[in-house]
Amino acid sequence: MDAIRYLLILSAVLFTIGAAGVLLRRNALVIFMCIEIMLNAVNLTFIALSRQLQSLDGQIFVFMVMAVAAAEVAIGLGIIVSIFRHRATTDVNDVSLLKG
Amino acid sequence: MVAYAWLMLLFPLLGVLVNAFFGRRIGKRAVSWVACSAIGLSFLVALGVLVGVAGSKGIEQPLFTWIRAGNFRVEFSLLLDPLSALMAAVVTGVSFLIHIYSVGYMAEDPRYARYFTYLNLFVFAMLILVLANNYLMMYVGWEGVGLCSYLLIGFWFERKSAADAGKKAFIVNRVGDVGFALGIMLIFATFGTLQFSEVFRRAPGVLGPAVVTAITLLLFMGATGKSAQIPLYIWLPDAMEGPTPVSALIHAATMVTAGVYMVARNHVLFDMAPATMTVVASIGAATAFFAATMALVEKDLKRILAYSTISQLGYMFLAVGVGAYSAGMFHLTTHAFFKALLFLAAGSVMHALAGEINIMKLGGLREKLPTTYAVFAVGAAALAGVPLFSGFFSKDEILWRAFLRSPVLWLVGLVTALLTAVYIFRALFVTFWGKTRAEKKLWEHAHEAPAVMSVPMLILAVLAVVGGYIGLPRLSLVEGYLEPVLPAGHIAEAGALEWVLLAVSAVVALGGIALAYYLYVVRPEAPARLSRQYAPLYTLLSRKYYVDEFYMAVVVEPLRRVGRFIAELFDPQVVDGAVNGLARLAGVCGEGLGTLQTGRVRSYALSILVGVVIILGYFLLR
Repeated sequence: MDAIRYLLILSAVLFTIGAAGVLLRRNALVIFMCIEIMLNAVNLTFIALSRQLQSLDGQIFVFMVMAVAAAEVAIGLGIIVSIFRHRATTDVNDVSLLKG
Repeated sequence: MVAYAWLMLLFPLLGVLVNAFFGRRIGKRAVSWVACSAIGLSFLVALGVLVGVAGSKGIEQPLFTWIRAGNFRVEFSLLLDPLSALMAAVVTGVSFLIHIYSVGYMAEDPRYARYFTYLNLFVFAMLILVLANNYLMMYVGWEGVGLCSYLLIGFWFERKSAADAGKKAFIVNRVGDVGFALGIMLIFATFGTLQFSEVFRRAPGVLGPAVVTAITLLLFMGATGKSAQIPLYIWLPDAMEGPTPVSALIHAATMVTAGVYMVARNHVLFDMAPATMTVVASIGAATAFFAATMALVEKDLKRILAYSTISQLGYMFLAVGVGAYSAGMFHLTTHAFFKALLFLAAGSVMHALAGEINIMKLGGLREKLPTTYAVFAVGAAALAGVPLFSGFFSKDEILWRAFLRSPVLWLVGLVTALLTAVYIFRALFVTFWGKTRAEKKLWEHAHEAPAVMSVPMLILAVLAVVGGYIGLPRLSLVEGYLEPVLPAGHIAEAGALEWVLLAVSAVVALGGIALAYYLYVVRPEAPARLSRQYAPLYTLLSRKYYVDEFYMAVVVEPLRRVGRFIAELFDPQVVDGAVNGLARLAGVCGEGLGTLQTGRVRSYALSILVGVVIILGYFLLR
């Protein structure tokens, strides 16, 4: 069952890339894209295991994850746009009014 | 009337309440009527009680239960027996006369109502002390009179010396009260009750010599504070800062005698502690002599009388110390009359000469103040123990009983009697005889006291003379009256010896007067010459043996230093430091934790990741 192994490894790598991106990138939009990467990595894991366990539950769940991701992006982009309107920057380091 | 004895307490209390709350509004005349009639009525009740309890051993009259805590009960009850009835009569009677005198003396004072409130409060507290049937109630009265003494000494509190004197009196009293309180506690620990009758009934069976000596010594310590004996007499001369009627009432006739009364009341216990009796008698005799020496060189008339009071109280303690309790009470009674009289006369002099009290600035007053002079002379004769005046009989009785115990004590008492005669007639001659040394303006304005002041003095003068006939040897009216309570015991009837000592006392008294006459009338330069000749002794006496300085250095200054240390060093640095330190600690911790809040989303995300990794790791490795 090599295929399943490769899929899981791929999924883990994608997740790590996404997580690293969230932590290390400064542009808010890029961080969102990394979050999407993480979510998609999780989707991949679901599908792989659904294939493995011969159950459709995983694949149904992928739909839910996609729906949630879409909703979250909508809100997140709305927040970024409003921050951009105030501060003309998308650099996450600049939004530190809650410091201290 | 005995059943209504509680009225004695009610009237002064009403006087206090009315004058305290409405005094300013009802005007001076009303205030004086309220105050004087309160005491007057109290006196009438006291006379009724005096007659009513004659011959009985004592009646207890419960008023109400004060404390009830488990097994511990304290009743507010009156003990009416010849001893307390005598004290109550003396207190209310002399108070009444002094209240009337005060109407004249304090007429110009703006705080008139307050004065009479305090005076009535004093009588109330003193009566509680005297009529109490248990130690706790007596202690309440004891503290109450101490409080009134403080309030009245510092009555003119704008004067720093008066305020200081009030504080000194109260604080020194408190030192003695420590002993009294400890004694009461020891009594309670030993007997489980604080009622006099119970304690005295059980004492012979329960008490061992060590305990009873401890109890009586502690009680006596309280007495030395209140009655101005060595070592706690220092407050009484300073207490002369108060208005003169206050000095007459509180610091001559009544409050200071509370210690003597207390010892007489506890005679059952004192009889069982011969060691304490020796202490009491010795301190009494020593104080009598000691104070008399200081009165000899004093220039302030009231202070002469203050030292005289200390000295005469010493006589009373000498009496009770040798077991002559009724003799001590007899002297207490006669002393109340003639000492109050002397003080009121001094007040009359001050009233006439705008407050001048330095005898060196007086002189020749007998032509300007004849009544005052006459009553002062009567009082002086009684004090000196001139035969046939009251003081002669009471003092002689004490000297006789002292002789039976110890000729040494008798000798000290006799020498003191000589000094007494000298110092009081010194005061009389320097103040009233010779050419005046007063300022011309004061001299011209000097006038005799108004009737409201002179009548009480005259009444006291009469009592100072006839008071003695209530206690002639072989006709001891006072002692016979007190017999049920203070059994005179059997004293040796050495008839001839007693008359010899009587004669010696008389000779000493008259001799003292003659000596004073010689020194201050015949050869007025002599005293100045003597003071130069014996300069060191004179300095020692006039600086009061440096006792006040000694106490300041040994007691007061160290305490002040401790206080300053605590207030200036310990409190700001240690206590405030600890509290502020805690606050600073909270601040530091807060700042430390605050560094976690960078406001940057990325660091928050990092911490979330770290947390997740840790939790996952924990579950994976388990």
